[in-house]
Amino acid sequence: MPAESGTTLLPPAPAGDPMVPRPVRVESVRRETRDTVTMDLRALDGEGLVFAPGQFTMLQAFGVGEVPISISGDPARPDLLTHTVRDVGGVTGSLCRVEPGDLLGVRGAFGRGWGVEDGRGGDVVVVAGGIGLAPLRPVVLAVLAERAAYGRVSVLYGARSPAEMLFTDELDTWTAAGLDVHVIVDVADRSWTGRVGVVTELLPDAAFDPDRTLGLVCGPELMMRYAAAALTDRGVEPGRVRVSVERNMRCGIGLCGHCQLRGHLVCVDGPVFELDRIGPLLTVREL
Amino acid sequence: MADSRPVTLDLEGLQRLIDVLGEQGFTVLGPTVRSGAVVPGRVGSVADLPRGWGDRQEPGSYRLRRRDDDALFGYAADAIGWKAVLFPARELMWSGSVGPDGFDVRPGPGPSTYGEPPYAVLGIRSCDLHAVAVHDRVLAERTYADPHYAERRRDAFLVTVVCGDPSGTCFCVSMGTGPRADAGYDLALTELLDGQHRFLARAGSARGEAVLAAVDTRPAEDRDEEESEQVVAHAVAHMGRAMDTTGLRDLLYDNAEHPRWDDVASRCLSCGNCTMVCPTCFCTSVEEHTSLSGHDTEHWRIWDSCFTTDFSYLHGGSVRTSPRSRYRQWMTHKLAAWIDQFGTSGCVGCGRCLTSCPVGIDITEEVAAIRAAPGPRKEDAHATGR
Ligand SMILES: Cc1cc2nc3c(=O)[nH]c(=O)nc-3n(C[C@H](O)[C@H](O)[C@H](O)COP(=O)(O)OP(=O)(O)OC[C@H]3O[C@@H](n4cnc5c(N)ncnc54)[C@H](O)[C@@H]3O)c2cc1C
Ligand code: SF4
Ligand code: SF4
Repeated sequence: MPAESGTTLLPPAPAGDPMVPRPVRVESVRRETRDTVTMDLRALDGEGLVFAPGQFTMLQAFGVGEVPISISGDPARPDLLTHTVRDVGGVTGSLCRVEPGDLLGVRGAFGRGWGVEDGRGGDVVVVAGGIGLAPLRPVVLAVLAERAAYGRVSVLYGARSPAEMLFTDELDTWTAAGLDVHVIVDVADRSWTGRVGVVTELLPDAAFDPDRTLGLVCGPELMMRYAAAALTDRGVEPGRVRVSVERNMRCGIGLCGHCQLRGHLVCVDGPVFELDRIGPLLTVREL
Repeated sequence: MADSRPVTLDLEGLQRLIDVLGEQGFTVLGPTVRSGAVVPGRVGSVADLPRGWGDRQEPGSYRLRRRDDDALFGYAADAIGWKAVLFPARELMWSGSVGPDGFDVRPGPGPSTYGEPPYAVLGIRSCDLHAVAVHDRVLAERTYADPHYAERRRDAFLVTVVCGDPSGTCFCVSMGTGPRADAGYDLALTELLDGQHRFLARAGSARGEAVLAAVDTRPAEDRDEEESEQVVAHAVAHMGRAMDTTGLRDLLYDNAEHPRWDDVASRCLSCGNCTMVCPTCFCTSVEEHTSLSGHDTEHWRIWDSCFTTDFSYLHGGSVRTSPRSRYRQWMTHKLAAWIDQFGTSGCVGCGRCLTSCPVGIDITEEVAAIRAAPGPRKEDAHATGR
């Protein structure tokens, strides 16, 4: 019995063995970039997977291995589990080669999400770097589903190059639906007429009232530190700036010990943390 | 439940106890001597126990020694501990086969090297009983539990024996975890060696009481209880070491950049022995075993160690590349972060990490060194989110 979508609460543990995956079938696959694909999955048992934006699953390529992958789909569509995977190694490589009809295993949804509903009645600033847009896409979709409940909503997205941008066809839709979308790339190509630089440079473009803003940041750890600092510099309270921390995870449920960050087990206490809970820990080297 | 009245039993009574546990369907495990060490093994009779054996343990060294009496439990903490009985070093989580229209997943667990559960553990020390309580907290009493551990644990019958002759690496007294257990057991025994060789016994559970009732016992006399107090007092007086735990969590968080971490890193081999023998270390990894055809796969969980670089590997590199950061992680987790995560220290003072460390690194000494020259207090170093 998972929690209602849109809450930061951990769903109660499902009955049965939490280490045993549920089979899901690949329904469709879209290539996002050279090394990244988005896939829609449907559970063989027909039971949907209710999740909160920011939660992840342990995704299993049978016979190869299992890795944590954020859910990048629509929280209003629990029947369809969507993941966006970047090929960086053994397991993600084999996940990126799936075809419609293939079977994968899934455990989850796990972890504490973004708590986007805390931004209702105020402004929301989404800052994403690279694949970091994947776990933030459900935030954007949740906001769009309830657009009137939120004030100004900015999406600031930085990618290494134009070719490495995710969800490119959707970015315009988001703008059309009333979001303030800004993109920037580290390295431009010939076709690029937009901005070049790092994602924090987009922050001055975003209009928001710091006193009632929720800032949600996901990307490489260094980028998150800078982006989070930029938000607090603009006056957003550290408790209203949230980052999603990545650590090695073998179980996703707080039992394997790999994702420790001092007092936290990132998989259950996070991956999303308020800056005031995690900020100082991200500055200690090799913690 | 409140302890029942103490009774005594002799060696025949102890044999009967082993028999009764076997008759009740338990696989009876106890201390045995193998490869020059006291280690857990199958026990069918009193003769299987390490009669007349004691030990000498110092940082980096373990030796059996002959005692001048017939004590059956005259050693300190056994060499490798009981962790693997309830929490096997390798465990099959599930296996499965892929077919054209589905995937058939069969839950574990697989067979254990200690025989079939349920287990009766004879001779578990107070430190290790506290370690079982720590594992209960970590593995069974949280939102997500390890169902295999929880089941083996629920069914296990634990017979603790007071530690009468601690070693040079023991420090349970300072950790508040020994030498005598006051809860968490089915039966508690104290081995009495004055005059007739006998055991003072108490039940700590209804199951324990039922088992005792099936054994020939006598009501304990005053002198049995007095002698039992002597055994405890002797152990307390002969603790090898002590750790001062006052404010330890904050001390370690404040001193994440203390020069002592470089010092210990220059000695530590990152071998991971300490994590393997520690009765509370619980970190695991998973291994995928796949048939050549790719149709059948097994998902095994194996003990892991935070001393490997793989442990914290992320795409692009490990979080903890230096031995300094890995020793700091291990010790700070054990003595500080554990408290935030599970509401209890992760060290029960068994001394095994000292004994098994090839270079004799002593966790009590490392704590003392930082305590002797602490860095300044850091306010935000305590941000743990609780
Ligand atoms: C909460 C969370 C959400 C994530 N969401 C996404 C996502 O939406 N899309 C995406 O593409 N990636 C995501 N990742 C990263 C992804 O899990 C890793 O890229 C993946 O584990 C790499 O495994 P591999 O076998 O392909 O790589 P290899 O380099 O071959 O990895 C070897 C082993 O190291 C471990 N490992 C390596 N990198 C990581 C890592 N970054 N995190 C955890 N374990 C690692 C794996 O367990 C793997 O078995 C997420 C990570 C976390 C922690
Ligand atoms: S840290 Fe060392 S002394 Fe403490 S419980 Fe673990 S092995 Fe025993
Ligand atoms: S402290 Fe000792 S036992 Fe532990 S990893 Fe270092 S050398 Fe090995």
